[in-house]
Amino acid sequence: MSSYDTIIIGAGHNGMVCACYLARRGQKVLLLEAANEIGGLAAKREFFPEFQVSVAHSISHFSAKVAKELNLESHGFINPSCSLPTVGLNRNGEHVVLAHDEGGAASLSGVSEKDLASFKNYQTLMYRYAAMLKPFWGTVLPRIGVSGISKAMTYAKLGLKLRLLGKSDMREFMRIAMLPARDLMDEYFDNDLLKALLSWDALIGSKMAPRSPNGPVVSLLYRMGGDFEGAHYLPENGIESLIYSLRSVAEASGVETRTNFPVEKILIQRNESGLKVEGVTMPDGEIITATRVVSSADPHRTFIDLVGVENLEIQFANRIRRLRSEGYVAKLHLALHGEPKFNGLAGPEGRMIIAPTMDTIEFAYDDAKYGEFSRQPVMEVIVPTRYQSELAPPGKHVISAHVMYVPKMLKSKWSVDAREEIKNKTIDLLAQYSPGLKNLIAHAEFLTPEDIESNFRVTGGNWHHADHVIDQMFMMRPTYEAAQYSTPVPGLFLCGAGCHPGGDLMGAAGHNAAHEILKS
Amino acid sequence: MPSTIIQDINQHNFHEVLKPTPFHPRVDHDCLTKNWMDWNGYLTARTYDTLAAEYFAIRSSCSVMDLTPMGKYRINGPDANKFLNRLVTRDVSMLRPQRVSYVVMCNDEGKVLDDATIFHLNEGDYRLCCQHHQLDWLMISSLGMDVSIKEETHDIAALAVQGPTSASALKLAGIDEIGQLKPYDILHTQLHGFEVMVSRTGYTGDLGYELWTSPDNALSMWDAIFEVKQKGFYDIRTIGLSALEMVRIEAGFILPGDDFNTAETAIRADRVRSPYEVGLGWVVNLDKPNFTGKRALLDEKKKPIKRRLLRLEVSGNKAPQDSFLYAGKGGKRIGTIMTQIWSPILKANLAMADVEFAGGSQPSEIWAEIYYQKELEWRVSWAKGKVWNKPFWSHPRRSASPPDSY
Repeated sequence: MSSYDTIIIGAGHNGMVCACYLARRGQKVLLLEAANEIGGLAAKREFFPEFQVSVAHSISHFSAKVAKELNLESHGFINPSCSLPTVGLNRNGEHVVLAHDEGGAASLSGVSEKDLASFKNYQTLMYRYAAMLKPFWGTVLPRIGVSGISKAMTYAKLGLKLRLLGKSDMREFMRIAMLPARDLMDEYFDNDLLKALLSWDALIGSKMAPRSPNGPVVSLLYRMGGDFEGAHYLPENGIESLIYSLRSVAEASGVETRTNFPVEKILIQRNESGLKVEGVTMPDGEIITATRVVSSADPHRTFIDLVGVENLEIQFANRIRRLRSEGYVAKLHLALHGEPKFNGLAGPEGRMIIAPTMDTIEFAYDDAKYGEFSRQPVMEVIVPTRYQSELAPPGKHVISAHVMYVPKMLKSKWSVDAREEIKNKTIDLLAQYSPGLKNLIAHAEFLTPEDIESNFRVTGGNWHHADHVIDQMFMMRPTYEAAQYSTPVPGLFLCGAGCHPGGDLMGAAGHNAAHEILKS
Repeated sequence: MPSTIIQDINQHNFHEVLKPTPFHPRVDHDCLTKNWMDWNGYLTARTYDTLAAEYFAIRSSCSVMDLTPMGKYRINGPDANKFLNRLVTRDVSMLRPQRVSYVVMCNDEGKVLDDATIFHLNEGDYRLCCQHHQLDWLMISSLGMDVSIKEETHDIAALAVQGPTSASALKLAGIDEIGQLKPYDILHTQLHGFEVMVSRTGYTGDLGYELWTSPDNALSMWDAIFEVKQKGFYDIRTIGLSALEMVRIEAGFILPGDDFNTAETAIRADRVRSPYEVGLGWVVNLDKPNFTGKRALLDEKKKPIKRRLLRLEVSGNKAPQDSFLYAGKGGKRIGTIMTQIWSPILKANLAMADVEFAGGSQPSEIWAEIYYQKELEWRVSWAKGKVWNKPFWSHPRRSASPPDSY
């Protein structure tokens, strides 16, 4: 039996970021990963012999502060010179393309002069709001009702930032922050493809569609806080370079990492002085002790499965249970014999979005929210081999697509046949934009939310661990009493996507958690 | 881990505004006043004939009350004990089979949802009885536990048999082992060939028992008890909720929902009460590793208490109904009378009073401002209150074992 200062459950990027910060401050840290490989949903996996891909296929807002403080660049995580263009695919090749040049200036093509002018206004305003919120993603948002100068200051700063927008912009922010994506887009634009493309990042990963209320614009602003103002990018050495650089920093800082090490239970001492985390137990009964345990697993898995409801109070446990964390995004991976051609595109460049109109997205969602397959799915497609040829044998390619909306709770229950059905449907749709695609396919893998749940141990197969909706964000994420990284169980902390600020490859949750732990 | 919730909604007949209990034919026969009220959706007698006679039946002879509307939940399964220990503030892990424990349930904020009694019927098999419906809360509490919860309010007919001669009367009715029961004991036995469960429990502060059986046997159980009266051995009287209210206040028992707002029904943040504030600190076991409300109660314990539900005897002969309470005659307002009765046995006005404790201490003086009518003319008077730390009325026969035979 050995003892650690901190055991971190889960070697996804947040768990690793947290481990690095704690180890660099002298803590003896043990990082436990249930899978064979570190990296969680960002781990590169071979889905067909010699073809590799990761579930997370692009980055929009990895924390620049974390990258700098951990010096990730010198460990191989290097920002590209330019972000990926976002392409609203049109079947006839009349695409809408939103791109940024090396200086960061945006260019939009395929839309009317009027939309172009509106886009400038839209972008200016949204960037102001994104910039206003940006500092708060990397800050611990204090518990409401807790007094203290520094805590009050955090909210005072937020208020001040809001006020500094000026009266009209502030008013406008208050108005649009809670708008459904549809209303915002309809106010600004005419072009259906453009509207669908711009609302995509407000919705993906959550149980939300263009007409959903509950703060999709906040979710969009969250993503717009990135280095390329929200435009997605691929680091120079691929997504895995983020994971490998974190591994390298972790090793250099003395973090001990063990893979293939699934935690069975968080060990909790129960006696007359209350509860106290003692460590973790493994399936074979082995006990590893530590002063504290930090979980980057999702809140449901952490509290309900690993802690157990008997150690939680009734309403708290129920709030964790009621978290909306049902996944609606599936993943399609295609191993291709050659480069896919898309109508009207010189090459399969950038992040291609198949969502002709916002109604298409809405209808796809309507089917899925009642547990059915979408009549016409919508998706985001990247050809990672275009940027990283080593992911496939020479001349061969990989397609990676996020497919919405695919319900975790399929009414007819998931089966091999059901998976085949939706896989083929998705490929058929993709082939409408890329004729000849089917002849190139060597292998197709389709990961339903249920597959993502079981393969990656994420409740609901939800990448965000809990939907990015306003009642599950900020000082309410995942729920009050656990939203400041500490939890009702002394010695247990959270550091995953289920905490403020949320999911995607960002690292802020791991950073904020470490900050809070080091303070306590 | 699955939890099973069983509630048979088909039992509700929508033609009935209030549901008659299985004893209804007898209750209806005895109830001369037809003064009905609603208790948990059941047709319940407020009084049967005269309140004074009913009251004195409890205090001087033997009373019978229909307890069927009491919320009753059967709890069993591998996690039953774990489930209960997280639900209530008291440690029930040591509750032996055939024993009963008085408990209180709090929410996460440590505010009282209800009080209850847990009957450990047989190893691992429990019945929770409470004043109000609690199935929702039990369902929420059971998520993630391997426990089965069955609503059995409609499936168990129950009578409270209370008073000095209750043991003797029940013995004559055919329960030979009645004398062996110590307070809070449970006995499974036969009465005239059917199964009854007898517990030495009650809400009167006197010697008394509660009898539980299946609805099919309800009338036979009733008749077996009243046969003792018909044979002329003991007087036995049916009593309604009004008489019960008198004796429960005398005995110092609280009534959630009347003496204070239960946490689930309170809308205003200051209307909820902790166990300490309603005098139930003695059922809070802070040495238990955890239970729902523990963290909040630990915090509360560190601070001076803000208010207390007090047993207040109010001088004079005027009923301090709904009276405001003041620190002195015409002084600062510090509280309210919640419930009150005239006690025939003590010849005094007795009340449950919600009183603020400035700086954590009990006010040195408490005065009630009493509005009363003289020939439809309203008048006001002041009466001084006296705080009772113990129940207003208690008698050694409540816990004498074996019970005295009268």
